[in-house]
Amino acid sequence: MLLANAAARERGVAAGMPVNAARALAPDMLVLPRDPAAEARALAALADWAWQFSPQLSVRSPEAVLLEAGASLRLFGGFNALLGRVRDGLAGLGYRAVLASAPTPLGALCLARCDCESHAGTFDALRRALLPLPLSVLDWEDDAVERLHGMGVRRIAELLRLPRAGLARRFGAGLPVQLDRLLGRAPDPQPPWKPTERFERSLALPAEVVSVDGLRFAMQRLLQELCGWLRGHGAATRQLDIRLRHAGGAVTRLTVGSARDSRDPGHFTELLRERLERLTLAGPVRELELRVSQLAALDGRTADLFGDDRAPCLTDLPDRLRARLGAGAVHGLSTVADHRPEYAWRRCPPGRAEQRSTGARRPLWLLPVPRRLRERDGRPWLDGRLQLQPDRERIEAGWWDGGDVRRDYFIAVDGRGSRYWVYRELEGERAWFLHGVFE
Amino acid sequence: MNALDGLLQRNDLWRGSRLATGVATVSTGFAALDEQLPGGGWPRGALTEILATRAGIGALRLLMPALASLSCQERWLGWVAPPYIPYAPALAAAGVQLSRILLVHPAARQDGLWALEQSLRSGTCSAVLAWPLIDEAAALRRLQLAAEAGDCAGFLFRPAAVAGHASPAALRLQLDGDAHGRLSIHILKRRGRPAAAPLLLDPDHARTLALHTPAAAAPGGIQPRHH
Repeated sequence: MLLANAAARERGVAAGMPVNAARALAPDMLVLPRDPAAEARALAALADWAWQFSPQLSVRSPEAVLLEAGASLRLFGGFNALLGRVRDGLAGLGYRAVLASAPTPLGALCLARCDCESHAGTFDALRRALLPLPLSVLDWEDDAVERLHGMGVRRIAELLRLPRAGLARRFGAGLPVQLDRLLGRAPDPQPPWKPTERFERSLALPAEVVSVDGLRFAMQRLLQELCGWLRGHGAATRQLDIRLRHAGGAVTRLTVGSARDSRDPGHFTELLRERLERLTLAGPVRELELRVSQLAALDGRTADLFGDDRAPCLTDLPDRLRARLGAGAVHGLSTVADHRPEYAWRRCPPGRAEQRSTGARRPLWLLPVPRRLRERDGRPWLDGRLQLQPDRERIEAGWWDGGDVRRDYFIAVDGRGSRYWVYRELEGERAWFLHGVFE
Repeated sequence: MNALDGLLQRNDLWRGSRLATGVATVSTGFAALDEQLPGGGWPRGALTEILATRAGIGALRLLMPALASLSCQERWLGWVAPPYIPYAPALAAAGVQLSRILLVHPAARQDGLWALEQSLRSGTCSAVLAWPLIDEAAALRRLQLAAEAGDCAGFLFRPAAVAGHASPAALRLQLDGDAHGRLSIHILKRRGRPAAAPLLLDPDHARTLALHTPAAAAPGGIQPRHH
């Protein structure tokens, strides 16, 4: 057993135990085999995410990500601030990690392998921190470690007391060089990490998720990964493509749109929450997938490091409303150059209106469909007799596109102060219609 | 007579001490109405209820001068669940910047309340007009708080039948029409002393616009929301 969850631990299952022994304690326990490929993918995703903190990054498969942080310290407001960001970020991603820092990559790696966070700021401090550690933190060949153990060498302190020439003679020239790199006596260049160029991530859910709340929680993790990846790339996006893979193999596709490019996890979390509110799950979900295809450059790795882009932004409200109510429920209003009243306006994306005013008297309410009015003595009637005001406006247009309109418009008042916009057809039945209200 | 005295003689100028002071408002554009309202205009950061006895008497026209002036701000004018199509040519003719208009058509009643609260609270709406079906006082209180948080003038159009109900709105007007096309405005509730007689005005003839801000605030402008 490598790891056991809380329920298994309660039954006495512990890491290091043979699987059979564990099964005896908890027969209904679900045992998942170790998946090295998934571990490698997770490490790569983590490297992509961490690239935002330093472009000098390398991956030590299968266990570590190494960051050259020196150049980033000032950018992030000092070592502790950087450390805090990394720590919080990792927690948000749902990983348990051991952080360690040292003036050499191997030094940091060895400290991290001790399973407790430690930081050595100088070569001296590193040396002092290494001395009591067991040889296992070096991750050398088992064979070499066993022979050293046979010589009575169990800790790094004892190893460093051995003469260098003898060490090279017995174990090869590589071993003293390793020690030089560990202690900073020899350079130790790291192979640079190449971040993935497209963001496409999936997350297998540990158990089938049937509630929207559960999905939201799981999506958090992918959103955090995405926003870290975007920061590292100096990019932002305005559309998330999400796929929910269901138990039966069916797939639900969702898009979450933002009117502005962003890489703020809080912004996307808000939009996603509203989008999920109006989602009815087609079935239990096994896997989540998140992709972005449209990227925009957003300058400066630092632009949103400190304040983040949280100031209320004009497009956030329509985004949020659309996410919950649907895209069709939110729009702007524009005028259109057309003589026919029903074509003289249109819906438009909010903020993209055209504005022309003709000077003609128009009501503030337009009926979506003109309402036929009853007539009495040849006069229109609406809960009483309507009095027509003397000005008549003849509108004849639209013969060219089939939307033919031939009408005489009037302002009509009733005896109690209500004012309406009515018309009479110029042909056919010559019926009266109510088309607007001067509200 | 010095310049200040000269200004004080003019009755179209608002003097904050008459009714509640320190109220952020936007002029209604109707001098006679401004005079009756605390702070000299529609309250910002608060709810105003408009209870019209019937359609077509000019309840929206009454708001046009204020909406025109608010539409100069870089904020939305929200319209939540309007009963008809707000007609773009008429709004443009009234001087409202159409690019500020944000129309929301929620399908369900609960969504309407949600959208209204979001809009009031967002801080990105200078005004929100809404035709909600709200009866519960608790919902109205939430909306009033949202309008305060978002520094938003919220206008709720409700049926005249609710005039007798308690409401947390800062201002409540009951509107009626008369045979001459004038609007009779009965101030049911305002902050400060209660109003006496109803007011008659012609909703098509607003006077010069002026923005009123509390005495402590910078002159002339609308105050940005405090962050």
